[in-house]
Amino acid sequence: MESMGSHREIVDASLAIIPLCPLVGAMVAYIVGQKQKDLAGWIATAASTLAFLFVVKNFFALGTNQVLLDKSFVWLSVGNFSIDFAFQFDHLTAVMCLVVTGIGSLIHLYSVGYMAHDESRPRFFAYLNLFLFSMLLLVLGANLLVLFVGWEGVGLCSYLLIGFWHKNIAFAGAGRKAFVVNRIGDAAFLLAMFLIIMNYGSLDFMALSRVMPGETSEGLATLISVLLFIGATGKSAQIPLFVWLPDAMAGPTPVSALIHAATMVTAGVYLMARLNFLFEMAPLAMLVVCMVAGLTALVAATIALVQNDIKKVLAYSTVSQLGFMFLAAGAGAYWVAIFHLVTHAFFKACLFLGSGSVIHACHHEQDMRHMGGLQRVMPFTAATYWISTLAIAGIFPFAGYFSKHHILSALEHAGAHNPQLFPWGVPLSYIATFAAILTAFYVTRSAAMTFLGSYRGHAHPHESPWQMVVPLVVLAGLALVGGVFLEGALSLQHYLGHAIPVGDVHHGESMASFSFLLNALLHSWPGFLGVGLALFLYTQAKEIPGKIARAFGPFTQVLANKYYVDELYGAIIVRPLEGMARFLWKGADQAVIDGSVNGTAAVVEISGELIRTTSTGQLRHYGFFMFVGTLFIIFFYMAL
Amino acid sequence: MENTSYFLGIFPLLTTMVFLPLVGAILLYLIPGFSGQDEHTRSRVTWFTLGVSGLTFIVSIACLNRFDPSVVTAQLVERTPWIERFGVQYYLGVDGISILLVLLTTFLMPIIVLASHSVKTNLRGYLFHMLVLECAMLGTLLAFDAFLFYVFWEFMLFPMYFIIGIWGGKRRIYATLKFVLYTVVGSLLMLVGLFYVVWAYAAQNGGEITFSLYELSRSVDLSLSEQIWLFAGFALAFGIKVPLFPFHTWLPDAHVEAPTGGSVVLAGVLLKMGLYGYIRYAYPLFPQGAAYFAPVLATLAVIGIVYGALVAWAQEDIKKLVAYSSVSHLGYCVLGFVAFNALSTTGSLYQMLNHGISTGALFLLVGVLYDRRHTREISEYGGLASKVPVFAFLFLVFTLSSIALPLTNGFIGEFLILAGSFQEFPVLTAFAVTGVVLGAVYMLTLYMKTMFGELNEEKNGSLTDVTPREIVTFAPLFVLVFVMGIYPQPFLRLMEPTVHQYIEDVSRKMVKVGSPIEEPADGTSYAQKSGGNAARAQLAFESFNVERVKPVANSPLNFEENL
Repeated sequence: MESMGSHREIVDASLAIIPLCPLVGAMVAYIVGQKQKDLAGWIATAASTLAFLFVVKNFFALGTNQVLLDKSFVWLSVGNFSIDFAFQFDHLTAVMCLVVTGIGSLIHLYSVGYMAHDESRPRFFAYLNLFLFSMLLLVLGANLLVLFVGWEGVGLCSYLLIGFWHKNIAFAGAGRKAFVVNRIGDAAFLLAMFLIIMNYGSLDFMALSRVMPGETSEGLATLISVLLFIGATGKSAQIPLFVWLPDAMAGPTPVSALIHAATMVTAGVYLMARLNFLFEMAPLAMLVVCMVAGLTALVAATIALVQNDIKKVLAYSTVSQLGFMFLAAGAGAYWVAIFHLVTHAFFKACLFLGSGSVIHACHHEQDMRHMGGLQRVMPFTAATYWISTLAIAGIFPFAGYFSKHHILSALEHAGAHNPQLFPWGVPLSYIATFAAILTAFYVTRSAAMTFLGSYRGHAHPHESPWQMVVPLVVLAGLALVGGVFLEGALSLQHYLGHAIPVGDVHHGESMASFSFLLNALLHSWPGFLGVGLALFLYTQAKEIPGKIARAFGPFTQVLANKYYVDELYGAIIVRPLEGMARFLWKGADQAVIDGSVNGTAAVVEISGELIRTTSTGQLRHYGFFMFVGTLFIIFFYMAL
Repeated sequence: MENTSYFLGIFPLLTTMVFLPLVGAILLYLIPGFSGQDEHTRSRVTWFTLGVSGLTFIVSIACLNRFDPSVVTAQLVERTPWIERFGVQYYLGVDGISILLVLLTTFLMPIIVLASHSVKTNLRGYLFHMLVLECAMLGTLLAFDAFLFYVFWEFMLFPMYFIIGIWGGKRRIYATLKFVLYTVVGSLLMLVGLFYVVWAYAAQNGGEITFSLYELSRSVDLSLSEQIWLFAGFALAFGIKVPLFPFHTWLPDAHVEAPTGGSVVLAGVLLKMGLYGYIRYAYPLFPQGAAYFAPVLATLAVIGIVYGALVAWAQEDIKKLVAYSSVSHLGYCVLGFVAFNALSTTGSLYQMLNHGISTGALFLLVGVLYDRRHTREISEYGGLASKVPVFAFLFLVFTLSSIALPLTNGFIGEFLILAGSFQEFPVLTAFAVTGVVLGAVYMLTLYMKTMFGELNEEKNGSLTDVTPREIVTFAPLFVLVFVMGIYPQPFLRLMEPTVHQYIEDVSRKMVKVGSPIEEPADGTSYAQKSGGNAARAQLAFESFNVERVKPVANSPLNFEENL
């Protein structure tokens, strides 16, 4: 694979200003917020928007075959190992930054309305801005270490925001779980970095893309890739480290939309796209990625089928959709993974914000069994939610159709790209198709249970304020036309081709042609099937879902309990470790180690007492001891 | 090689720094107005001590100002014969290895003085011992004569003995006796070893006696088996002080019983003395013994990292938890040092500073809680974040520093240590990395149990947030956490040339000259080619039967080489 870094023109630019906007914003929002609570949200939103504008400016400044670079300062230099606190802005970064700051700004605006009555909102907005800062470091970093700063930074912000309502110890516990599970992935990430430092002496992306191909054995590339992917399973909630994400829904809903759907959790996908030259050398690792991703997409989708908490449905949906992205990346279609990342950010952020709007309206009710009929009182929320539902279902011409379609065809052709995947590409595409049907089904189910029928709760739902509606409308608009735009007008494949390998670029058939339209509608069949089935079951034949659930009793139980994964981890990892910690303290440390220390002291004391009794002061006693001692020494030497 | 300092003739900057606290301590008892127990006198005593320790800090800054990082041997040297008959010299100097530890000591002391208002009985005596301790610690760090070092080293024990024994908690007598006896046992081994080295030197140099560190490490000629035994003795003495697993059990007791200031100085500076002893004495004097034991030390260090973290997790007392976290953190420092390459050793030195800052701050925070509630049981707290938000914020920042979050100081140290150690001990380092996860587990669990959840009004309803005085105490530490995490280069630059040269010198002596692997002809350093510590230890082991090893003179400065 041809490396992309070698023939690109490097242009100096000041990029540090982009992450600095939200960093300064966080501090100002918090400090000003102590006196003027309402200002905090607007300051944070302004900081985020400013960052967005700087991104747009650089987006237009970035020429074909260019990469913008900002070296800032030497961060760490020991011996011949040196790392700059450097930022780079290429076409991949541009896409990521636009998503992060664009959707980030919308969610900031939304939060102004959503958090309007929360006592601690200055803290909330400070954290939210701090998150943007970290996320921007992650996507702008020109080397793995700066990326890692962002990587851990978003983990911290996630921890702080999940446990935002920390008086509830369960929420605080969910935050801690998120941080610790992420840290497990980070440990693998660290090991990968150590291997890279040991073998290449650099962590710089452009240097590595030049040096790694040709100088790396497949075994080493596989080891590094798998370690990095373990890191990605933590951050991007894949099997086996996905367990923190559903619990992360304890955080305020805008947080779920921004961090736990649109941006942070996609970091692993970005990492793979960024290090494509490394993963290309490790076909076996790519197979692992595909297998894990396929399994995650399917497992999470089945769990989502039976959840009654609207946010839990969306959380498992996110896990599943991230699996789709990794399927594309694992098949070598990095640009497709990024494509789905972007469209997913549109519709999933919209769905989460919509759910937030509903929860807001129903006075913090999250159980869909106590909702229903909200279409009449919340027309904007309902309309935008339905648009996003069709988008995630993958129905043409909504955004999700394009990215999902590309994923399926990338899987079908994966064998040609990577021989290791040859026998697996088609079965994986079947799995993905099945998961796509399930996706359409469970999201439609959530929309139907929330907005159709009659209201089953006791609150007095109302449409949300404009600060919340505007972001919903914008995001729904993107979910509606974003796909067409990215496929057609911008041609994401072509655009990303300046930064990462994208295969053959298809320019060709116009989207206006009849055959294209027909083809597209035909390829939307999984979406139509899932949506249609869910609409039928949850509006026409409402008694059937209950019957199915009862018929498959034990299996439904397993799904409702999320395959008992949390219980399993508790039983085989957490509790044994806790037990061991207690044993090491009470058993090993206090009894054995300290016991022998105190024991030694006691022996010394006792022997001191004994020796004192021999100190009689009588010469003949000492003479006797000397005699015995001499004999002992003689015998000792003779024995040798 | 050693540049003597000139300042208005010859101004003994280092001597001033070392003995200024001692003079201050004596003045505490000579100045008449300091004897009362009333609030007014207490504040005067505190201000006076603050002035003395502040002045000491300023002198240390003056030293920093005169310090030239590119000189790799002792600087600002003050050297006169002391006990001429035994070749003992009064020999002080500072180099890139000690400069930052000296600054850490002088920096922490005013903070400890500020935090001493919680000492209710005999504040004057307490501050007296603190100043004496500062003198002893600075002397230990600056001594380049082994005998002088030993004197200061033992001298550190007395004030600490009294600080724990008089101002400590309920089991203070048990704790302080354990601390002193344990350390003394190790130190005596070191003393015997030291005499043996000097005796060997005298035997080889026609009866001439010296305790000069440079002289001894340059020209004493010891067989491998001698080196192994002597290193073992020194390693035990210093290992107890670190404390290295399994010699750590004195530490939790000492920490829990010590008053807040005692814990801060113990964690901040005293624990570093063990590793400093390895760096300054054990390794240069017995490089082959060091190479022989390096895998053992690395293994113990990694056990300490994981074990300390797990045991910390199980603790029910906040202070004990932080104490065990020290065992874990010092494990990183030892691992980094024994891995012995530029990356890991620099990281190890850096992490010693970090640990002093973050753990020192954590002990201060525990002290703040203890002053208000008189308990350290984790279960007594909970939900404090809503009651004392500023405290909770400070606690969060130092917790993050302790678990090495990027952009805090802890990350730089931990990253350098692990990245460097991985090159020498990949498997051991992979185990050590689990400490990264476990560190988050125990610290965040502590944070959650104390700061989050519902506030128990009955128990903690009357808690007050940090006072302005306490904020002043924490502010310098807070700033350093971020400065050292975001812009570590100025600190690293101070130590790097010395560390570079040090590693080169010692690793050259780790292998016998004339062994099958010859010095590479292309001018790259030996250590670079020898392929890590394990290989070095193996070589040392193979040369076990070769009785005498030819000494190698201190190599000339050579900065073109990259290690």
